Amino acid sequence: MTPTGVATAVLLVGGAFFGFVAVVGVLRLPDLYSRAHATSKSDTLGVLLTLIAVSIIFDAQLATVKALLLAVFLFVTNPTAAHAIARSAYDQGIAPIIGGRR
Amino acid sequence: MIDELVIAVTVAFVLFAIALVYRAVVGPTMQDRVIAVNAIGTNTVVILALVAVIAGEQMFLDVALVYALLNFLLSIAISKFTVERGGVI
Repeated sequence: MTPTGVATAVLLVGGAFFGFVAVVGVLRLPDLYSRAHATSKSDTLGVLLTLIAVSIIFDAQLATVKALLLAVFLFVTNPTAAHAIARSAYDQGIAPIIGGRR
Repeated sequence: MIDELVIAVTVAFVLFAIALVYRAVVGPTMQDRVIAVNAIGTNTVVILALVAVIAGEQMFLDVALVYALLNFLLSIAISKFTVERGGVI
C-alpha cells in the first residue's frame, strides 16, 4: 500500500471517528451550550479530515481545489453558526447548567 | 481498499445523520433543533463529497458547495429570527 493510500485511510477513519464523537455529544450532553460545543468542534474536525481525504483521492485535479475550498468554508462557517445559535439562546434567556444546577 | 473504506465512511455518516434526527425531534428548546439540523446539513455536505468520489462525478462537489452555503444561511437566519426579529449578529 502506498504512503498516499495510508494517509487517506487514516484521514477517513479519523473523520468518521470525530463525526461519531460529535453525534454522541449532541445526543448525550445535558445542555444546549454543551451540545453546541460538541457539534462546533468535533463535527468541524471530522468534516475537515474527511474533506482533506477526498481532496487527496482526487489527486491534482480541479476537484482537489474544490474540496479544499469546501473544507476552508466549513472550517469558518460551522463554528460561526453554532456561536450565533448559542448567542440567540442566551439572549432568549435559556440558562446554562452550572455546577449541576440550572 | 480505499474504495471500500470510502463506502464504509459514507454509510457511517448517513447513520450519524439519522441518529441526529432524534435530537431534532426531541430537543427541548428550539435552538437544540437548529443545532441538530445544522449538524445534519454538515454531515450531508460530507456525504455529497464522498458520493463524488464513489460515483467519480466531480459535479457533486459543486452541489456540496451550494449546500454548505445554504446550510450556513439557514442557521444564521433562524438564530437571527428567533430573538426579537434580528439583532444577534
